[in-house]
Amino acid sequence: MDPLSTTTPAPAPSLAVSRLAYAYPDGHQALFGVDLTVGRGERVALLGPNGAGKTTLVLHLNGILTAGAGTVAVAGLPVAKEHLAEIRRRVGIVFQDPDDQLFMPTVREDVAFGPAAAGLRGAELDARVTEALTRVGMADFADRPPHHLSFGQRRRVAVATVLAMRPEILVLDEPSSNLDPASRRELADILRSLDVTVLMVTHDLPYALELCPRSVVLSGGVIVADGTTQELLCDEELMRTHRLELPFGFDPRSVDVPL
Amino acid sequence: MGGLRNLKRRTLMHVPDGFINAPVSLATGAVAAAAVAVSLRGARRELAGTGAGAVAGAERTAPLAGLVAAFIFAVQMLNFPVAAGTSGHLLGGALAAILVGPYTGVLCVSVVLLMQGVLFADGGLTALGVNITDMAIVTTVVAYGLFRGLVKVLPRRRRSITVASFVAALVSVPAAAVAFTAIYALGGTADVPIGKVFTAMVGVHVLIGIGEAVITALTVGAVIAVRPDLVHGARGLTAPLELRTSPLAAPADAPAAAPEAEPVPAAAATAPRRSARRIWLAGLAAALVCAGGISYYASASPDGLEKVAHDQGIDAKAEDHAAKDSPLADYSVKDITDARLSGGLAGVIGVGATLAVGTGVFVVLRRRKSAATAEPAGPGAEHPAPESV
Amino acid sequence: MGAGHAHKLYRHGHSPVHGLPAHCKIAAVFCFVLVVVSTPREALWAFGLYAALLALAAAAARVPARFLLTRLLIEVPFVAFAVLMPFVAEGPRVHVGGLSLSTSGLWGTWNILAKGTLGVAASVLLAATTELRELLQGLQRLRMPPLLVQIASFMIRYGDVITDEMRRMRIARLSRGFEARGVRHWGVLAKSAGALFIRSYERGERVHLAMVSRGYTGTMPVLDAASVTRAQWTRAAALPLAALAVCLLGWTL
Repeated sequence: MDPLSTTTPAPAPSLAVSRLAYAYPDGHQALFGVDLTVGRGERVALLGPNGAGKTTLVLHLNGILTAGAGTVAVAGLPVAKEHLAEIRRRVGIVFQDPDDQLFMPTVREDVAFGPAAAGLRGAELDARVTEALTRVGMADFADRPPHHLSFGQRRRVAVATVLAMRPEILVLDEPSSNLDPASRRELADILRSLDVTVLMVTHDLPYALELCPRSVVLSGGVIVADGTTQELLCDEELMRTHRLELPFGFDPRSVDVPL
Repeated sequence: MGGLRNLKRRTLMHVPDGFINAPVSLATGAVAAAAVAVSLRGARRELAGTGAGAVAGAERTAPLAGLVAAFIFAVQMLNFPVAAGTSGHLLGGALAAILVGPYTGVLCVSVVLLMQGVLFADGGLTALGVNITDMAIVTTVVAYGLFRGLVKVLPRRRRSITVASFVAALVSVPAAAVAFTAIYALGGTADVPIGKVFTAMVGVHVLIGIGEAVITALTVGAVIAVRPDLVHGARGLTAPLELRTSPLAAPADAPAAAPEAEPVPAAAATAPRRSARRIWLAGLAAALVCAGGISYYASASPDGLEKVAHDQGIDAKAEDHAAKDSPLADYSVKDITDARLSGGLAGVIGVGATLAVGTGVFVVLRRRKSAATAEPAGPGAEHPAPESV
Repeated sequence: MGAGHAHKLYRHGHSPVHGLPAHCKIAAVFCFVLVVVSTPREALWAFGLYAALLALAAAAARVPARFLLTRLLIEVPFVAFAVLMPFVAEGPRVHVGGLSLSTSGLWGTWNILAKGTLGVAASVLLAATTELRELLQGLQRLRMPPLLVQIASFMIRYGDVITDEMRRMRIARLSRGFEARGVRHWGVLAKSAGALFIRSYERGERVHLAMVSRGYTGTMPVLDAASVTRAQWTRAAALPLAALAVCLLGWTL
């Protein structure tokens, strides 16, 4: 994939958000016309200060929130009431707190939850669960209760719960939060090894640079910047205006971006 | 957590197998099952989403009720120290009803009881119906009914919610004891006369009720201060929007504009509320008389308060006398004579507390009445300034 | 307490009793207790036989007597209550060593002690040989409403999480020099309880979002529908049926 191709050339993009606006029932408007296209197989970081509307945008991607104006389409299928089930299968959201995501008594049941809700049963379901757990290196933990796992392991299982649904696009909310450096690297390796489209909401700019060739900045309810991650992180003016700060001593220019 | 001391308090009302005979156990089981079935439906309505995304209640019931049940389970382990190593804890029926509504409340407490019975052998399996009926159904229903009644008659303030929670929790615990006595009268397996069981159970539980009331009121108050929207019992009590009159507006317009500022539901509700208030007041008075009568009975017949009451209530008394800073402490662990004395005093405290609450309610009401006469003058007068969170 | 596999009373093992399907065991224990409760209290020997039956079941489950007996302590508060009954009950009285005791009260004590203890012992045996997950599935198979099973399962899953939060809040209080000593500190503790409720409720909302995101529409998919063989039912029914025989004898003799 070409890191410089900022506008997606793919014919059926994994995600196409157009002129999306949304106001909460209490009248507070969070999104003011978001345009975002993510091509198949791309890994994109969604950056932005707190309160920029990142979470609101994410909740639109699988139809938990319904657009006030504008459209969202996943692999060509518009997000609308009549195909919510299919949309939710195609969009796998990994929430920030794995304890919220892992609500079943054992890892196996949790990973099976999504595919089973979609109607999968028996050997096919087992195979799907094993495959998803293997991809995150957690196959040996299938029969453990989630709360007996370490935080990093729980996050990996959370990714597996979503992978088991064979999503078109994987949406991760702050994937690196609360992880120790080793778990952080392990998760990065896993994410890199996956052949799915990834949209990653994060404050962890080095992580974005490491994993995502392309980044977009959401601020004040609109996309204010879209480009290669390295370019954006080097744009000091842009970074300052939108309250994005690099960790002390980190220079994005000096990093050799892995592709 | 564990420890026998803790355990002892938890099992105070958990009836074991064999205490109530088989037919009545099965009958209460049927009552409990029916009530839980009704609650399952009701809870869907109560837990239907109000916030982000229009989601159906059915979807939210399981996770929300499950988490609330886990909360009740956890908070029962939170010890409220009284003094000298004794401590009280919450039973949670009233709290659950006020915070999440009566149906969800019944559901959550029932699930907690069920799990305690199946996992910890705490409360007999055949007595599950009895336990659910008096601890889950009676407490929550009584507490919620009383709470809603009080909230309707009291002024629309946060303080009123706290007062209402206090009274609701205070009455709900002895109410459960009354229910237990009734079940015992039907199917008790021992020949202890009903009068004695009644005085013992109710006398003791009036005391437990005081602790429950204080903790419940404080907890509801704490939630109301931060997330008033989460308190089910206080829904529809949000303060009307405040309008700030611009100094630029013509002075003649101001009085005309102000009444319109009140949201429609509040304005529309004023008239029926006034007439309904009388009914609620009557109900409240009846409830208070009942509570008072029960305590009075308990204190008026100290003979009835024999060792059963005394022993069953050791913890409770130890908790509550200290709550009142009374010298009862010395009496609660001695022999029979002292038991009677402390039993009698316990009844007196019960009456006193009930009277104090009753008086407080009426004082508040009178003030409210005088405020209400001044109401037409300015709607702002009775609404507190918006509180910062 | 504890979620997932283990819980406080569970004792890992591979005995024939462990291997029985949970709903058979729940039904068996329930029927057993029901039979015990229906037995006339005058049939002293019947209760001895029940205890023997339970001892047999415990032996088959390879649950040591010590384990079972120490878990019976949960009953202690009611023992205290039962022991007092002879003093307050009415009817003809007997005098034992200077104490005036009611005969019917003595029978009442015996009745509650015997039946209560057998009930607790049976429940402990059930809990000791059945994993939490199985218990919930067993309840569902016994036609407990699925929604109720879901609620119970969420309660179990998040019981630890919330207890942990409570513990962290306590540590936070302690680290700021606060120690609850008496009634004066109830306000602070109640604030913690309030905060705990808010956190629990909000977590419930987040869990719901996570579930909906994975296609939840109100019903849990039933994953394994393992069938129960007649032999398993028969084995589970052995306990209550034997008890029933004893009970019938108790009524007729």
